[in-house]
Amino acid sequence: MKMENLIPIPELCILYTVELSFFTNLSEMGLLEIKTIESKEYIDSDAIYEIEKIIRIHKELDVNIAGIDVVLNLLQKIDGLHNELNTLRNRLRLYES
Amino acid sequence: MAFIDYYKILEVDKKATEAEIKKAYRKLARKYHPDLNPNDKEAEKKFKEINEANEVLSHAENRKKYDDYGENWQHAEEFEKSKQQRQYHENGQQGGFSGGGFSGGGDFSDFFESMFGGRASGGGGRRSGQFKGQDFNAELHLELKDVFTTHKRTLTINGKNIRITIPAGVENGQQIKISGMGGEGSSGGPKGDLYLTFTVANHTNFKLDKHNLYSTVDLDLYSALLGGEITADTFDGKVKLTVKPGTQNGTKVKLKGKGFPVYKKEGEFGDLYLTYQIQIPTNLSEKEKELFTELATLRKL
Repeated sequence: MKMENLIPIPELCILYTVELSFFTNLSEMGLLEIKTIESKEYIDSDAIYEIEKIIRIHKELDVNIAGIDVVLNLLQKIDGLHNELNTLRNRLRLYES
Repeated sequence: MAFIDYYKILEVDKKATEAEIKKAYRKLARKYHPDLNPNDKEAEKKFKEINEANEVLSHAENRKKYDDYGENWQHAEEFEKSKQQRQYHENGQQGGFSGGGFSGGGDFSDFFESMFGGRASGGGGRRSGQFKGQDFNAELHLELKDVFTTHKRTLTINGKNIRITIPAGVENGQQIKISGMGGEGSSGGPKGDLYLTFTVANHTNFKLDKHNLYSTVDLDLYSALLGGEITADTFDGKVKLTVKPGTQNGTKVKLKGKGFPVYKKEGEFGDLYLTYQIQIPTNLSEKEKELFTELATLRKL
């Protein structure tokens, strides 16, 4: 495993001013994968996008972690519907042109 | 520059209490938050507006100033400018107010800037606590024939030239993420990503449904009757077809693998469906008329 893609959790706690427990809770909820190497905990940098979104929803909208899980699931559902809508729109174009 | 009615934006009364404003703001923020409304420009605009309104109405000092001058804010401008300057001297870098709530991710209106002298909270338009660079959104308009093959293209995004590969078979309306092509991260954070949405226009004689192409082929009456060989257009070339004697109008022919490439599946193609459209001769000569009449009589016998 490449260490360069891993960011130590304590570093993220300082950057985002959140408690360590915040990440543990996310991990318990299955929203985040924590990697432990030599008893130090890390997060893959690919997960940053999702983490920042979670932190924004949590801090800016006062949504707790269970609520965030619900929000993310619904957003995923919307994304799926959006793709389906796009496919159907393209198919409709066949009959409109 | 137009006056902005912040009370209207937050949908509250001019006499609203601090708690009522906070509540109204929270409710609207939950509705229009960009993370809950991805790719929705209207929501993004609304979100900026409610943040600006909150910045003014949730701070007693700002609200008082806004209420005092209201629609006559222009007269206040000069006086306030000098006052602001004095404040800057006193507070060093710190501006008139500190950002409560959260930063809206963009600049405030000209109206706001002229009244309150720009944003005081640092970050230059960045969302609070952002480590990863900003994501960029871009739209790319292509022709259907452009996406038949995988090709490279140079795009200018925020003044920077980037070279990207556009995979064959990209669909109209499809969005792809190009990692690391967004804004710079802060404190050593990863770069943002580029989200590229494709608009694919079709000006060809082919209709596309998923990966299958549809087209019509003109077939002369005689080949339809007697059979023969014709040449038909495929998307990227020509193909020879054997026509069976007695081919009916509207007959469909399926050419396997002559359709559109399948996105991210190299060497995989859809099919091409051709529909024969039999051309009935017009402006018959006397001789032709005579012969067709003879044919008609033969059929009746």
